[in-house]
Amino acid sequence: MLGMLFSILIFPGLLFVSVFGLSVEYIDRKIYARLQNRLGPPWFQPVADLIKLLAKEDIIPKAANQNMFKLAPLFALTAVVTAFLYIPLWNKESLFSFNGDIIVVLYLLTIPTLAFFIGGWYSTSLYARIGSVRSLTQLFAYEVPLFMGILSSALLAGSWSLKEIINFYAGHNWFWFFNLLGFAITLVSFLGKLEKTPFDIPEAETEVVAGSFTEYSGRLFAFLRLTLDVEMVVGSALLAAVFLPFGFSLPPVFAFVLFMIKILFIVSLISLLRTIVARLRMDQMIDFCWKFMVPLAFLQILINLIIKGIILR
Amino acid sequence: MHNSEEFKIPFGPQHPALKEPESFSVALKGEKIMGVDIRLGYNHRGIEKAAEERTYIQDIYLIERVCGICSHAHATCFIQAVEEIANLVVPKRALYIRTLIAELERVHSHLLWLGVAGHEIGFDTLLMYSWRDREVVMDILALLTGNRVNYGMNTIGGVRRDIDPEQIQQTLKAVDILEERTKYYIEVATQETTIIKRLSGVGVVSYDDALRLDAVGPTARASGVKRDIRADDPYAAYAEISFDVITDDHCDVYGRTVVRVKELMESYKIIRQVLKNLPEGPIAVRAPRMIPAGEALSRYEAPRGEDVHYVKANGTDKPERVKIRAPTLANIQAVKHMLKDRYLADMPIVIAAIDPCFSCTDRLVSLSHIDSRDKKTITWPELHQFSIEWHKQQGIDFTQLNKQLEERLKKC
Amino acid sequence: MLREVLGSIFKKPATNRYPAQKLDMPDKYRGKLKFYPQKCIGCKLCMKDCPTGAITINKLDEKKFEALIDLSRCIYCAQCVDSCPKKALEASGDVELAQLDYKKLKVVFRAD
Repeated sequence: MLGMLFSILIFPGLLFVSVFGLSVEYIDRKIYARLQNRLGPPWFQPVADLIKLLAKEDIIPKAANQNMFKLAPLFALTAVVTAFLYIPLWNKESLFSFNGDIIVVLYLLTIPTLAFFIGGWYSTSLYARIGSVRSLTQLFAYEVPLFMGILSSALLAGSWSLKEIINFYAGHNWFWFFNLLGFAITLVSFLGKLEKTPFDIPEAETEVVAGSFTEYSGRLFAFLRLTLDVEMVVGSALLAAVFLPFGFSLPPVFAFVLFMIKILFIVSLISLLRTIVARLRMDQMIDFCWKFMVPLAFLQILINLIIKGIILR
Repeated sequence: MHNSEEFKIPFGPQHPALKEPESFSVALKGEKIMGVDIRLGYNHRGIEKAAEERTYIQDIYLIERVCGICSHAHATCFIQAVEEIANLVVPKRALYIRTLIAELERVHSHLLWLGVAGHEIGFDTLLMYSWRDREVVMDILALLTGNRVNYGMNTIGGVRRDIDPEQIQQTLKAVDILEERTKYYIEVATQETTIIKRLSGVGVVSYDDALRLDAVGPTARASGVKRDIRADDPYAAYAEISFDVITDDHCDVYGRTVVRVKELMESYKIIRQVLKNLPEGPIAVRAPRMIPAGEALSRYEAPRGEDVHYVKANGTDKPERVKIRAPTLANIQAVKHMLKDRYLADMPIVIAAIDPCFSCTDRLVSLSHIDSRDKKTITWPELHQFSIEWHKQQGIDFTQLNKQLEERLKKC
Repeated sequence: MLREVLGSIFKKPATNRYPAQKLDMPDKYRGKLKFYPQKCIGCKLCMKDCPTGAITINKLDEKKFEALIDLSRCIYCAQCVDSCPKKALEASGDVELAQLDYKKLKVVFRAD
């Protein structure tokens, strides 16, 4: 019981994932800055931001729905931290592995978007409402290619469980190369989930100030920021587990370090991607997702089905 | 908030997309813009009135601060008018130096605009790169004039500082660097997919509309209107310099971007010619403190478009009337036209595309209720009284606060 | 764009750690004013031409003047430097003038 509490609250649960999330934010910002030929923030910047926000007053608009406004950030943070517990870090099996956990992780990752919507909607600010409607609209665009991309890999492995997927790829070395297209699709749609350029439409600061977060301040905003950081970690970890499923047979310490390196690799890819593009408009984003990404995801599924049908038979 | 119903959101005075405060009220239907109400006047500073109460020499520095970016433009425009009234013949070297600073200023303004445009469409990398390269020209301006923005280079009858051969060499070197970078930006603006997606087809103003709405500067030139004071009515040394007026027929924000980056190349051409043909001689003539009675209108092609100054002198050392028409005032009506039936997402870049300078524009405050048509003029004491009453209604009593303030001032 | 962005990794950052690492200003930069009391003849042309009224010349004694410069009003146009017939004023490259105490912004130059 105590061991379970330890793993939920400290390692690899809440505390670890928060600290790791903050360091990932630092790395993301630093890479972003260096790619733009800037110095970038010092190493303690994300921690300093978090402490500053935690120390500040929470201002809740009078017209806002108090409970919803307060609960939404906590709800979002809880969901992403929970999702992290289902991802295998140093061996093939995560803490609470079961058949179908990949679907659970994907749905837990959808919860923050809904929470942002609820928080934004109930804060009653016009900017926040436009922003939250945008984040929900965007959800319908990127969610399909994201799910199809991730599930194509699971399809090849023939299982809905992360443990089984990793086992399959451990048995069939280099098979994950077939999924590179799916990896690219998932990575790009994942940018939409994280609300980063080019899909930072819901919080486009030059249009809707801060989108759903406009009215948030103090502690609640700190939780929202932390949620986005943790979401980035969890998403990258999921991508790493599904698309780069190698090295889990190493001794736990090495496997763990390798997994962290994989996460950081995906994070740097995200930083690079957001450096070289401009923000799209909502209509362009939906066009892009449905006319370009979804057909590609279908192609990936087709490839995987063919491989499954011909090679694995 | 249903999608079928129209609602209004405030866009400014304080808004991340606006680099200067100005109030827009946008009627939205979902994401679609149904109408835009532009309410000028938030940043009214009373500069014209202040200019009437200062001497001509003091006015140079006041007028220079009409705009932070095109400070040389306003100062030169004002001084040209004063020189015309006083019948001063400005030495050729001074005119060439003015032209040089004017073009360096255009380079810095256009590079700044490119970065702002990048930021408005969420392309921060472009912002960082173009502002980094802008530092090159800022350093040159600081070297030549002694300041980075408010150059203070002009004086009535000439310029205040001469440039020496070493500075010329440094400027030429900087221009070489900038030219290479600009070639890269032309490539970026015309080839990057996401940039083109966000810029083309947005904020369209046709040739006829540009003429009808009296657009000036790059906004007009991007719609194919060949309108450039430097060529149409040459001032300073532009009559002796060869350059092309850049026009484009895209009529949208993309066209405006192309016009601006190509104008950078023309500016480098002009700078090189000026430095090559810099005549010898004095840099200023002595100007009288009292300017004889008379009036003059002066035009100047600022980076944002045509700038017009009118000065009326009455024989004393202070002008009787100064009127400034900044280029943004001419362009702002086009914005309303550009935004019709566009999306909210296009609003920042469309506003930015005219390179607005709202503080320069705000000349008059007219307060009217947003839905009513009738306007009334109120005097200063009435306005003062109104504000006291209004604040009393909000529960703030200024008589107490004023007393406290006086006591504190006494202590100081 | 990708090539340029990746190339930036190997470039030195264009920004610097400001308070620790200072930038040099060009020689003739118009920063904080300097006043040489012994050169001043008390014509007060600088006071007349100053656009903001930042400079005040007081007569202390026969041929002795002090200058009071209010840095919070000065706009660093250096018109006073041009106006001065005896070159008693000079612009220096000192640009770091931010102060927490308002009183420190008033600078007095006295002849001693």
